[in-house]
Amino acid sequence: MVGLPHFLIVSAILFSIGVFIMITRRHGIMMLMGLELILNAANLNLIAFSRYVETGIRGQTFAIFVIILAAAEAAIALAIILSIYTHSAKINLDELTSMKE
Amino acid sequence: MFDFIFFVFAFVCVGSALFVAFTPNVVHAALGLASTFATLAGFYILLGADFLAITQIAIYVGGILVLMLFGIMYTHNIARVSGEQVMMQVGPALLVVVLTLFTLVATILSTAWPAKEVGPPQPTADRIGVLLLTDYLLPFEVAGILLLVALVGAVVIAQTPVRKSIEESID
Repeated sequence: MVGLPHFLIVSAILFSIGVFIMITRRHGIMMLMGLELILNAANLNLIAFSRYVETGIRGQTFAIFVIILAAAEAAIALAIILSIYTHSAKINLDELTSMKE
Repeated sequence: MFDFIFFVFAFVCVGSALFVAFTPNVVHAALGLASTFATLAGFYILLGADFLAITQIAIYVGGILVLMLFGIMYTHNIARVSGEQVMMQVGPALLVVVLTLFTLVATILSTAWPAKEVGPPQPTADRIGVLLLTDYLLPFEVAGILLLVALVGAVVIAQTPVRKSIEESID
């Protein structure tokens, strides 16, 4: 019988993979993908708890705010990455050594 | 049936997330991420969150992922179209991640979660709408302002070099 712990374990695995991507990759957009995985793992947790523990809808409402923040953060981060790329033609964040041109 | 669908979704979800982590090609990674997001929407449906499942598809697959693909295409050097990326510090990262995962899973398995009988899922869109306009009115408005600021900020940050080059061409 699938219950709350199963969803929590899937969420924990997704979170770990997201952390792994953020540590091992130096490509700006790949790091962003790892971040999205982490946020999605948090969302799955919120919704699983709102189904099995709280049995209401507040967890889902909170997850909507997480999605809103993820959208805003993705737009800003991609704009920054594009701006860095047009300035210095670098996409690997390790190669960025100065804050100005 | 519920269990079977859950395990299919879990397999596809974790498998495509691992694919994202280990594929050297950035475009392939973005497509793997689409599969992860879609199966997460399936999880939300299993958990009775129909509105959030649609939101997940619309915003993540339809919005954020397309944004990322555009970002990849804009930042791709023509000279290295393949976009191969090296992975760094795989050993230490594996150590950290496996320890974290072990701790999380051990905690989840050793905790006595409340065994509550869950009823059949109810439609959620109307209740979420009522909550957003009553209890969560202030966060809702703040989120709207945040999205506006993010939109304007993203345009301003991304357009600066273009404006400079236009001014130069006018001079």
